[in-house]
Amino acid sequence: MSEQSPGEVRIPAGAELLALTGVTAAVGGRAIFSDVTLRVRAGEFVAVLGPNGVGKSTLLKAVLGLLPISGGRVEVFDAPPGRHNSRIGYLPQRRAFDPATRIRGIDIVRMGWDGDRWGVALPGLLTGRAGRAARDRVREVIALVGAERYAHRPIGQCSGGEQQRLLIAQALIRRPELLVLDEPLDSLDVTNQASVSALIQSVCRSHGVAVLLVAHDVNPILPYLDQVIYLAHGGAVMGPPEQVITADTLSMLYGTTIDVLRDRTGRLVVVGQPDSHAEHEPRR
Amino acid sequence: MTGFSWNLIEDVALLLSYHFMLNALRAGTIVAVLAGAIGYFMVLRRQSFAGHTLAVIGFPGAAGATWLGLSASAGYFGFCIAGALVIAALPRAGRRSSGLGGYGDESAVIGTVQAVALACGFLFVSQYRGFLSGLTSLLFGTITGVSDAQVLALLAAGAGCLLALLALGRPLLFSTIDPDVAEARGVPVRLVGAGFLVLLAVAAAGTSQVTGSLLVFALLVTPAATASRLTARPGLGLLLSILIAVAVTWLGEGIAFFSPYPIGFWVTTLAFAAFLLATGYRAATERLGRRAAASPAAAPAGSPAGGGSR
Amino acid sequence: MSALLAADPVTGFASMLSQPFVRHALLAGTAISALSGLVGYFVVLRGQVFAGDALSHVAYAGALAALAAGLDLRFGLFAATIGVGLLLGLLGGRGVADDVVIGTTFAWVLGLGVLFLTLYTTSSSTGNGAANVTVLFGSIFAITGAAAATAAWIAAGLIGALLLIARPLLFASVDPGVAAARGVPTRLLGPLFLAILGGAVAEASQAVGALLLFGLLAAPAAAAQRLTADPWRALSLAGVLAVLAMWAGLGLAYAVPALPASFTIVGCAAVEFAAAAGYRALRGSAAKAGQPGGQPAADEPRGVVAAP
Repeated sequence: MSEQSPGEVRIPAGAELLALTGVTAAVGGRAIFSDVTLRVRAGEFVAVLGPNGVGKSTLLKAVLGLLPISGGRVEVFDAPPGRHNSRIGYLPQRRAFDPATRIRGIDIVRMGWDGDRWGVALPGLLTGRAGRAARDRVREVIALVGAERYAHRPIGQCSGGEQQRLLIAQALIRRPELLVLDEPLDSLDVTNQASVSALIQSVCRSHGVAVLLVAHDVNPILPYLDQVIYLAHGGAVMGPPEQVITADTLSMLYGTTIDVLRDRTGRLVVVGQPDSHAEHEPRR
Repeated sequence: MTGFSWNLIEDVALLLSYHFMLNALRAGTIVAVLAGAIGYFMVLRRQSFAGHTLAVIGFPGAAGATWLGLSASAGYFGFCIAGALVIAALPRAGRRSSGLGGYGDESAVIGTVQAVALACGFLFVSQYRGFLSGLTSLLFGTITGVSDAQVLALLAAGAGCLLALLALGRPLLFSTIDPDVAEARGVPVRLVGAGFLVLLAVAAAGTSQVTGSLLVFALLVTPAATASRLTARPGLGLLLSILIAVAVTWLGEGIAFFSPYPIGFWVTTLAFAAFLLATGYRAATERLGRRAAASPAAAPAGSPAGGGSR
Repeated sequence: MSALLAADPVTGFASMLSQPFVRHALLAGTAISALSGLVGYFVVLRGQVFAGDALSHVAYAGALAALAAGLDLRFGLFAATIGVGLLLGLLGGRGVADDVVIGTTFAWVLGLGVLFLTLYTTSSSTGNGAANVTVLFGSIFAITGAAAATAAWIAAGLIGALLLIARPLLFASVDPGVAAARGVPTRLLGPLFLAILGGAVAEASQAVGALLLFGLLAAPAAAAQRLTADPWRALSLAGVLAVLAMWAGLGLAYAVPALPASFTIVGCAAVEFAAAAGYRALRGSAAKAGQPGGQPAADEPRGVVAAP
């Protein structure tokens, strides 16, 4: 079931959506990361990994054109970053909504559809066909993430996992070709991490949406990954997980002894990863 | 009012020859000491707006008391303390929330309560038609209306308050800086907090009688914030806070005696000026400190517990 | 006047409306309260209640400064509130100010207002304490026809501006990260909204005074938010509740002359808030009893691959 609105150019499988070549970023005069090369193709599931403070969020913001880069090239849908943001679904790193927030989940999802248009939302009766199409799409995408039961509750009262699903629905509502997710799993418990990861995977595979996801811990998403990029202060390594997440590769990347171990359940543990001394980005 | 000569000794002598001025100075001194002390803890506990709200709640008390023929002072104290007890009894609404939407809600409640209190005060004032002087002095302070009885009441309240503060001092400090550990150690954090709110109410009520209900910030918060910017040591900070409050009050009342402009203006301006000076001084020393040798053992002028950035 | 209570309500009502000062008050009051409710919704949503408080102090100082300078007080009122509103918006987010700094600064602004008051009452021969009361507590029944019309036009303009930016403003207020990525000019909207807030504060000062306008701004909006979680319904409800409070307040003040209008209006708004909060509290405890706690693990998205 691939979604294409009429008039949209169909992206051929394997086409390159995102290309970063030798990109360096500096914030406030301080180099965050340098010489990063990254390619994301249509329908690929790519994870961005690395220790704290290495600039993973900065990388995503550069892709969206929210932060300027100081070197290298970024091409998003063959154009400069920021030009085609309507084809990208973005989930920024965030804390949970305040428990007292009195806005419903369904409204948050709807904002993804037309929240940036000027004016006010007219009551349903006055919006005719366009309004009905919007409401149908909202319902569809909420069903897709399995959030029907709590979409009408004030979002502040939803649990962490529920909020994340609603936010993913918001990111998906305009049928993006690329999903950019900044640490979507970090505030969730293990069960929720598994189910949200599975949701992202299912969206990726059945709707052909490419995924670029920043994660702290690779394990919940490891089974789904096509490519992995490991960021370090002086560079990056990209490739399939089994090639990149090895003791040799990572030791070379970080310039210090890294061990990659597997526990009894098959989970990977990376030991010895240094936390970067770069300034942590303020969590919004 | 009367002429200001450049011979300060003569001016002060002139000041002190008026009974009302003596009373104003006595009241001002007591209030300043109280406000400086309580205010220091208030800033530490980040409860600056609680102080302001309590003072605003005091306004209808004072207005109502005046209307009923009682002393405004009793009205101030009564309503402020009652307000403190109500706030203390409410389930702890939680600290400033970091997410979206919550902060606005709590402030909406506080804002509405303040508006209702001010509206009630206005209602009472309009009943006895005390517009011209009554309203201004209740809201913005006065130096002319302080009676002997008022001074005595302030003395009693102030002394009691300070004694209570001494008794409460250590558990208060502990539960301010580290409430969870304090609770684990057996400090009755909620009770201490409630007790402090009552003391705060007394300070707010007292301060209102000098600066008016709307301007208590100038004595309750600003000197304490100024002190916090000058030093991070609690003992010294407390002392500075009191000294600055007293200085601001004396200067403010003295100038107001000679100037046609009201005490409220002078007290807020002097307090604000002191605050700006302290902030500038701190910024200057920090910049020099950074430029000086990169000694890691620099003076601990780092973030004091209150008044600094969050 | 108190004939409203004694006689038949219909004729009492009609006689009330026949009075020009009542009609002027209704015109200005309706427009101003609608504006306050709508703006207030966003103020509460964005957690910028302190900004409203600060701007009300600025309104006081600005109005009196204008009077002391011999101008129409509305000049000072609007110039000060809109100017400072913009300033706050542009400075905002720099992380410099905390509660103490803000409170200190705006307490000083209030002190400045008192200075201007003295300047005004001593310089102008017609100056008297009544101006102080008018600025502090409003005097909606004293508003002239021309002033009422002006206030209504300005309110309409501000409402129009607010409605124009309402949707992106909502997005930016609730979800700033995604909104920015979607191209919403979040950095422009902040100051623009505070400028509109400044205008609303200036308008509301004329109705209920600088000290009380807070009640008109925050209470109906907070009440609306408790009654519905649909943001658009809450927005309109905030406006409606504010207007209702205004009408009820005006009617009450007319019927019982001992009660000042500002008191009754703010009182009604507060009652709305309390009622909504009470309703929510009852609803909340009933709902919590009957609702199954959300079990996220049980939510399987459609078409999911079985989790490993």
